[in-house]
Amino acid sequence: MAQYAILIYEAESGYANGGPEVWKEVGEAHTRFAQQVGEHGSKIIGGDALEPTATATSVRADVVTDGPFAETKEALGGFYLIEARDLDHAIEIAKLCPARFGGVEVRPIMDTSGM
Amino acid sequence: MNSDSTAASARDRNAIRAAVAEAHRREWGFVLAATARITRDLDAAEECVQDAYVAALDAWAKQGVPRNPAAWLTTAARHRALDGLRRDRTLRSKLPLLVPDQLDEPEAGEAGVGETGDDSGIADDRLRLIFTCCHPALAREAQVALTLRLVCGLSTGDIARAFLVTEPTMAARVTRAKKKISAARIAYRVPDVAELPDRLDAVLTVMHLVFTTGHTAPSGPALVRDDLVDRAISLARVLRQLMPDEPEAAGLLALMLITDARRRTRTDAAGNLLLLEQQDRSQWDTAQIGEGAKLVTEALRCGGRPGRFALQAAIAAVHGEAPSYAATDWPQLLMLYDRLLVAWPSPVVELNRAVVTSMVSGPQAALDDLARLEADGRLDGYHYLPAAKADLLRQLGRRAEALRAYQAAHELTENPAERAFLGRRIAEVSG
Repeated sequence: MAQYAILIYEAESGYANGGPEVWKEVGEAHTRFAQQVGEHGSKIIGGDALEPTATATSVRADVVTDGPFAETKEALGGFYLIEARDLDHAIEIAKLCPARFGGVEVRPIMDTSGM
Repeated sequence: MNSDSTAASARDRNAIRAAVAEAHRREWGFVLAATARITRDLDAAEECVQDAYVAALDAWAKQGVPRNPAAWLTTAARHRALDGLRRDRTLRSKLPLLVPDQLDEPEAGEAGVGETGDDSGIADDRLRLIFTCCHPALAREAQVALTLRLVCGLSTGDIARAFLVTEPTMAARVTRAKKKISAARIAYRVPDVAELPDRLDAVLTVMHLVFTTGHTAPSGPALVRDDLVDRAISLARVLRQLMPDEPEAAGLLALMLITDARRRTRTDAAGNLLLLEQQDRSQWDTAQIGEGAKLVTEALRCGGRPGRFALQAAIAAVHGEAPSYAATDWPQLLMLYDRLLVAWPSPVVELNRAVVTSMVSGPQAALDDLARLEADGRLDGYHYLPAAKADLLRQLGRRAEALRAYQAAHELTENPAERAFLGRRIAEVSG
């Protein structure tokens, strides 16, 4: 099994404008996702939701600035670390991952054991 | 030795070289696909296969050309691959490797390689290779480049020239795609039934793109274009052979064969573009049209809703088998276009359908269809729309409007033969 990160990119406004109803629905969707991952022969190894980019601080060459590294319409809002057989399997899991205000990006984890 | 035997051996050497070149053209993909399963690394597989072709030059000169060149080359390449595996075991443990098919028996062991050159032990892995090259996680242009490089054995330089980019650009594109296959673990396998329709569509699209690039290249030397057309047809033949129950594979091959059968009649001696109604039908390759038409019948008989390639091929077959433009079965074409619109709702199909409508119901009915297409805006900037409209207006004798439409088409067209054609039409309706 190989490891992949599923990075969730969404428009933050969706949550800011959505209110508690949206939070509840999305929370339930993620609980369902966690169940489905096992049924699809994969495993969640880690992951978390991130506070919005308004809370981000960027550090570049020791210079500290307010805000995220790059301003984009859809910001990284959370991630999962999963195990999958191959890219097709990882994509199958990624398709199940909730991201109603955007989409997800699948990235293989680099194997640094031989470095 | 006397000069006769020297001449004879020179003739032999040429014959061997020709046999190796022929095997390169015909069998590269087969040999590479089988070798990649052992090396589990595309670069290493390419190296082993290249070595096997070099070794063939010598060995075939001594022993004669084997009965089954593909099997000989595969055995030689896989031996090299296994030698490499033994040498580099420690190095390889650090490299990301091609992901084997889960259902695969561990056939990559050393016992799996036949010593006799008998092909019975060598599985045909070309489908795995084709589906890997055309994986949707790769950009379309990378899919095309990889397919030509790995399945057809074209050099990076030839691919670069065909697609009008520099060789370093194409080399970078191929390298990046190979890296993604191994690092992201794109599996070396044929997709399962659930994924197959989408994945097959990508394969068909890539092969068709190779064909259309050769068939209507905007520029570039003529030889390269013919070569691309031939490569595309070979690819479609392989796909058809490997997926005999897949109607769209039959449809794609049929579409290419019938379209290509008119290759020699598409321009006149001066290189001017000739329309379907102006082409010399006696010069069409009727054998090739016949082969295509047979495949169309087969594809449409398969049950289920026919796909876009089978239907396009059916349309091409109706044209190909018509004795003249006027005597074409236009109502049959209209019916086929309606079915094509269901399988493939595209404004380009609607535009082509309008031309058929003009032959069944007259130019005015077709103009009404085009007005709807113009209003919806999806074909803005597509020069065939004003060109078709201009032609209908010309038929109705509305010359001033026709002139404006021809001029609009002329402004949007880049292909020199098409520009010249529109220029002649403009002169006609202005006179």
